[in-house]
Amino acid sequence: MNPRAIALTVAAVLLLSVPYWVPGVYYVNVASQILFFAIFALGLNVLVGYGGLVSLGHAGLFGVAAYAAGYMLHLGYGHPLSIIVALVIGIASMAMFAVLSLRSTGIGFIMITLALGQILWGLAYRWISVTGGDNGITLHGRPAPFGFELDTANSFYYMTLVIFAITIIAVAIFVRSPLGAALMGTRDQPRRMNALGYYVWAIRFWACLFSGLLTAVSAILFVYYNQFISPQTLALTSSAEVLLMVISGGAGTLFGPIVGAALVVVVKNVVSGYIERWNMLLGAIFVAIVILMPEGLVPGSMRLWRLLWRRRAKAPAEAKP
Amino acid sequence: MSRKVTRRKFMAGTAAGAAAAAFKFPAPAIAQAAPFKLGLLTVKTGPLAQGGIQMEQGVVTYLKEKNYTMAGRKVEFFSADTGGNPAGTKTKVQELVERDKVDTILGPLAAFELLAITDYIAQNKMPLLSLAAAEDMTQRRPNPYFIRASATSAQAMHPMADYAAKELKLKRVICISEDFAFGHEQMGGFQQTFEDNGGKILKKIWPPLVTPDYTPYVAQISDCDGVCQGFAGSNPLRFMKAYDSAGLKFPVVSGETGGDDALLKSFGDEAIGLMSCIPYTLDLETDGNHRFVDGMLKNFNTVPGQYAGLLYVNCQVVEAGLKALNGDSSDKTKLVAAMRAVNLTDTPRGPVKFDHFGNVIGDFYVRKLGKEGAKYGLSLWNKTVKTYHNVSQFWTYDEKKFLAQPVYSRDYPPLKQ
Amino acid sequence: MPAARGVTNERGKPIAMSSWLLLTVNSVTFGGLLFLLSAGFSLIFGLMRIPNLTHGSLFMLGAYIGATFVGGMLGVRFNFWLAALFAALLVAAFGAVLERFLLRQLPGQQLAQVLVTLGVSFIAADFCLMVWGGDPINVASPKGLSGFLRAGPLVVPYYRLTIIVIAVIVAIALWLLLDRTRLGAMIRAGVDDPDMARVVGIRVSRLFTIVFALGAGLAAFAGIIGGPMLSAYPGLDQDMLPLALVVVILGGTGSLLGSFVGSIIIGFIYNFGQAMLPELAYFVLFLPMLLVLLLRPQGLFGRHVP
Repeated sequence: MNPRAIALTVAAVLLLSVPYWVPGVYYVNVASQILFFAIFALGLNVLVGYGGLVSLGHAGLFGVAAYAAGYMLHLGYGHPLSIIVALVIGIASMAMFAVLSLRSTGIGFIMITLALGQILWGLAYRWISVTGGDNGITLHGRPAPFGFELDTANSFYYMTLVIFAITIIAVAIFVRSPLGAALMGTRDQPRRMNALGYYVWAIRFWACLFSGLLTAVSAILFVYYNQFISPQTLALTSSAEVLLMVISGGAGTLFGPIVGAALVVVVKNVVSGYIERWNMLLGAIFVAIVILMPEGLVPGSMRLWRLLWRRRAKAPAEAKP
Repeated sequence: MSRKVTRRKFMAGTAAGAAAAAFKFPAPAIAQAAPFKLGLLTVKTGPLAQGGIQMEQGVVTYLKEKNYTMAGRKVEFFSADTGGNPAGTKTKVQELVERDKVDTILGPLAAFELLAITDYIAQNKMPLLSLAAAEDMTQRRPNPYFIRASATSAQAMHPMADYAAKELKLKRVICISEDFAFGHEQMGGFQQTFEDNGGKILKKIWPPLVTPDYTPYVAQISDCDGVCQGFAGSNPLRFMKAYDSAGLKFPVVSGETGGDDALLKSFGDEAIGLMSCIPYTLDLETDGNHRFVDGMLKNFNTVPGQYAGLLYVNCQVVEAGLKALNGDSSDKTKLVAAMRAVNLTDTPRGPVKFDHFGNVIGDFYVRKLGKEGAKYGLSLWNKTVKTYHNVSQFWTYDEKKFLAQPVYSRDYPPLKQ
Repeated sequence: MPAARGVTNERGKPIAMSSWLLLTVNSVTFGGLLFLLSAGFSLIFGLMRIPNLTHGSLFMLGAYIGATFVGGMLGVRFNFWLAALFAALLVAAFGAVLERFLLRQLPGQQLAQVLVTLGVSFIAADFCLMVWGGDPINVASPKGLSGFLRAGPLVVPYYRLTIIVIAVIVAIALWLLLDRTRLGAMIRAGVDDPDMARVVGIRVSRLFTIVFALGAGLAAFAGIIGGPMLSAYPGLDQDMLPLALVVVILGGTGSLLGSFVGSIIIGFIYNFGQAMLPELAYFVLFLPMLLVLLLRPQGLFGRHVP
């Protein structure tokens, strides 16, 4: 059995049994957070890693979907309708984002997304009648799909795990699909793709919509987890944070954003309890990653692994990695 | 200032807690010998760190003075950094409640942080003593586990407006504060009392929370006889600079954050003349206050402001409540009731008692900033000119009528034409 | 209703004449400060294509270090201008180290550059909190410049006018550097076409270090020059970085004239926009930035689309 399958199986077993081996309910909640931030990071990675389009405004889109869900629930609508509306609004906003942002690439794209994110952040503060301003919107209760109550940490964790698994599979399918391959083509050689007859803008646009869907999903999980949404979630620092998750873990890989999300969530929530200067530590970790593994933790670790593997092999290696 | 908990202690604590929960040990005798776990939700990173760091200093000053003992029990102190955002606050409160199993929580700092966790607190029956000034927490949407020993947003503004109208004889005031709930509520309170006393608010100016330079807003101030500002954190500093640089000379009054004593070392001469009304003042000449200030100077070499002072008072409330129950913190509902029933006299802020919503009734001090009386190596000083006694969150208004009107907000009370 | 004399605010009342003047003077002042902040960013981005997200932190470090020298916290009280110079030199050295050991390893790797510059900004922000605490630090205006200039209805602190003068001096100095010196010629060549510059024999790597150090020093200088106006406080880096980005986008990257004109324009938009359209205060900078990006992505004076 190849090492990759072994690693995946071990990971799956560990994830499934989280409530049994973590030292307390608190850590189950941390695990839930890692998972939905991982979904957010995977969504951003579709654009950043596979599309070569760096967005610094994704927290704005995240916030729009979260507020949509929160506001619908606040108005008294039921969970299913609120979730659907949030998904639709999330994807629709992403579409608008894309129409505006895809006019540029490179740093222009970064700046447009930054500006759009800041505008959405300002809207969250000012549109008090909908968003409640900085008082935010408080939710009461979680949905109970098919009768399963999600109010406990464990049940919420398993729900998140299911959605997370679906997300990974979806992203994996996307990456291996013709659209995914075309997207990576537009990342590496946009002019050649154009010359070959691909409609680059449309490829990127569909990728944006997929990213928007994942972002909206993670936002809905976020707002149900916290039972609260407020404008801080749309701040520039939040956009920067999710981008850092993607880059530090390894943009353009399937598991990179997950590792990046775990890194940031663990340092922010767990390590911060033991180390006062955790912000500095996080920054130092990022710098260390750039020095030692600039392509990200996952690709860097795999590279190291292969290096060690090759050193161990006495004869020229014929084993598959 | 670092945590007193090691990994081993935490593991042991969790194991013990889990065991106790599993087997339901009821005996209060065991609970009494066990340490009292005190949690703090504060902000130690990011722009809100100014108040957050002080909050922790205030708690540690108290604990060190009492040798980490409250009501005969050893105190284990857990300090959690929320990062100043609500999601972080939610996570950290879960850490304190689920992992560290604290008995009482102090903090958080900001109103939006408090709102994110108020339901969780009530569900988990966790006593919470916070500085967050959100009015409705003790008015229209009260939380039975919440105690506030500081003030609501408007509690200091009502007396300030009273003073501005009656003593300063101001009649036409322009209000300016950051554009968020704390600012809205402060100005609403000021407006209501000021207009009840014959004054008029000409306009309200709301700069966004993130405003490096206040000059464009200061430029809108003219044609009045006074200004009321409600800036918080380090913003009062920049506001007074911009105000002075624009050549404006109208008297400026402010609430609890606009002239905080912790900023005395940072203010320049442009702030001279600033009046503020605040629940804690450095120049209160009582034993309780001197003990506190000396403790802060000894432990941190810092002149305290209200964030530190009010957290110290919170600790006093916690200990008094605990003492009333003979150190038994097993029933949290009783603990909250005991804390709300305390009647303290020797705190750094003077007398403290609570109304039936859990909000403080106490003294509020109107001070004027100048050079006279400066102590502790400062060059500027806030000198108390008037003390308002027994100020509740409802001022002189009838409680039912007050609660029937909408909460102070950006548009309430509306401006008179 | 009589014809309004000048501009009216949202309630139809005319803004007082001196408010007009105050806003105008402050627009130029704030613009001057923005120029000092963004000139470095524009140079760095124009030449090296690095989005230096540490720029806000460099500004903040300059403000804190300068405040420390001026306030005499190290036992010695420095003259304001010397303090500004020292702060700029210290941070320039830091910038050189940053470029030489971190950024140089990442040519063209934009994602890694984002990661490292953000990582350094986290470290710098927490470092400032650790060393200087959470309270804001006041920076007094330099001696001799703390009074007011009174001319008719206009009342302006001398120091704010000084900022304008300093911005102009620095602009001229930078222009002379770029236009009249060999270093400047090399920089301009590198901005226009880095590959050709290498072919012609320009030591582009060393040039990069010098330019990054210059940019960092300028940011720090801006931080302390802005000190009497803004003070030094935690979060200053996050407040100023978006402003630098807006200026550079508007003015065009790699263009000194673009930075200068862009700064002044943004100064006006910032002041008049927030005074006259308070409902749009949150969007007053980012809406124009968005418009420029959509309609003229290279900015006013930029050479190429970023």
